[in-house]
Amino acid sequence: MSQEGKAVIREMVAGRPKLLVPQTAAFVYCPGCHQPLVARAVAEALEELGMGDRAIGVFGIGCSSFLVGMLDIDAVNGPHGRPPDMATAIKHIYPDNLVFTVQGDGDLLSIGADPLLGALTRAEKITLIMLNNAVYGTTGGQMAPTSLLGQRTTTTPEGRDPASAGFPTHAAELIATFKGVVYSARGACNNPYNYQLTRNYIKTAFEKQMKGLGLSFVEVLSACPSNWRMSPLDSLKWIEEKMIPEFPLGEFKNTDRIE
Amino acid sequence: MAERMFIEGNEAIGWGAKIAGCQAFFGYPITPQNEITEWFAREFPRAGRVFVQSQSELGSINMVYGAAAAGARVMTSTSGPGWSLMQETMSHMANAELPCVVVDVQRGGPGGGPIRHAQQDYFQCTRGGGHGDYRNIVLAPASSQECCDLTQLAFYLADKYRNPVVILSDAIIGRLREIVEVREIDFGPVPNKDWAVKGKAGHKDGRRRIVEHSSDLFGRDPDYVTLLRRLSQKIRQMQESEVRYESYRMEDATLILVAFGYTARVAKEAVNLSRAQNIKAGLIRPITLWPFPYEAIREKAHQGAQFLVVEDSLGQMVEDVRFAVEGRGEVQLVSILDRHIPTDGGMILPDKVLAKILEMYAAQETKGYEPGR
Repeated sequence: MSQEGKAVIREMVAGRPKLLVPQTAAFVYCPGCHQPLVARAVAEALEELGMGDRAIGVFGIGCSSFLVGMLDIDAVNGPHGRPPDMATAIKHIYPDNLVFTVQGDGDLLSIGADPLLGALTRAEKITLIMLNNAVYGTTGGQMAPTSLLGQRTTTTPEGRDPASAGFPTHAAELIATFKGVVYSARGACNNPYNYQLTRNYIKTAFEKQMKGLGLSFVEVLSACPSNWRMSPLDSLKWIEEKMIPEFPLGEFKNTDRIE
Repeated sequence: MAERMFIEGNEAIGWGAKIAGCQAFFGYPITPQNEITEWFAREFPRAGRVFVQSQSELGSINMVYGAAAAGARVMTSTSGPGWSLMQETMSHMANAELPCVVVDVQRGGPGGGPIRHAQQDYFQCTRGGGHGDYRNIVLAPASSQECCDLTQLAFYLADKYRNPVVILSDAIIGRLREIVEVREIDFGPVPNKDWAVKGKAGHKDGRRRIVEHSSDLFGRDPDYVTLLRRLSQKIRQMQESEVRYESYRMEDATLILVAFGYTARVAKEAVNLSRAQNIKAGLIRPITLWPFPYEAIREKAHQGAQFLVVEDSLGQMVEDVRFAVEGRGEVQLVSILDRHIPTDGGMILPDKVLAKILEMYAAQETKGYEPGR
């Protein structure tokens, strides 16, 4: 194959999606972080659906909020935990637009549990994407609702003890139980296969919204090497060996009608 | 086109919002503002506009944030405890420079308080209410008609300054039923909302819009102080341009009452009763609680007037009046402790205010009145 041909294929397979703003991830995120991969998956899904011009991204507080600059789409950044509320309103104002959120597990499941439950209960026609890295990333690695049992964090220095700190929250399974939800899935970015799977989950979730069916949700297991005190490579293993057994990947709900 | 209706203040706010072009209302039940939320639930969907009952006041105000970011004229309403819950996001909106209208139909506090009338949210409304440096314009209606008119003004001012505007009502003004002329008021053009998100396809230049609430990585401003300088200029401009108040029988007044909302109506009656006894009483009724009419009060203080503040709280606005008077005259207070009965249904009534006026007048006579002191 000619050099030129190889370059074309490389661009097709690994090229930067046009909706991903160049040079933003490099100075925002720590080495080995999976947030840029999720941003990329979102950008690819939007491009494949041709929805970049009609997409509105909504972000809260935490490392996920930096996505506001990474994606070349209209975006709103607001208070901690509130993206489902903001997305709800934007979708009501512009029903024909694709409105989605990207939040961390703390933003959505802890401080943001109230807007999450509200949006689920009202069956809002929006898409929620949640990164699960089992810690609070921006603030320095404190316990999150998703922290694993025994996991050492800066607020569980002896490891998460269920007697005092309870158990990990399983968002994708929980959200799938709501009648207003048409899609709920969990993916990961720890290898190329899981990345492709996750990208397709996100794309499906967007398609469900554009059909006007109900709420769609995708959780993504996401590495946080800095706060896990691990190398990026060890972080991939930790996702495979520790996180996926606790948080199994797959679709927990995929339906085309709510009743 | 004007239509006369016999409606309560809470409903008049709804009509005012509708003719002002409000596109969306998000609300959560709380007494004594329920008639507002119910009005929008009834009138907005049938008019093709957005109504969502939120899961909490946090939900309401953050939906307002989202709709405002999308460029819509949007509002919510609440009362005391719900108002407190909204403050974080109102601070974020001041930073993000998002226009919106928030109604606080005051009830008693602190805490759960009684669910009936009071005027205890003055400090929280006029000093921003949330964290950080910002101010909101605060409009205080004293009649059903003003509920309708000031709501329209609120939307205009919010868009003009890209800032939240507060309507501070109370349970009595909210539930008082009066004849209202529902008429559209033209305040002139407002800046267009080219900054709002609607999807890139919605912008003429096809470029993305970002609405954000901090001066971090993708900040609108080169640095933090640039943002603060702009907010500071906005605050100063509002102070210079937006002070509104009503003067009642002020021409020759030497004893000046200061009151807003329901107690302003009580104070007005007390002025009439005083005038009948040849006491030169007058009333300054702030319509904007922030920016506060300091100058109008200061001018009278320089001429030697005395002041009597009437407010249904332990005394909040009285501090602004003292600030304006600068120690040049006496400032007395008729407060929530002077209610006619000590229950949540008790009110400050004109005879109580009149008694205080007579007391002050008698002391004035004894000391001798010195104009221009």
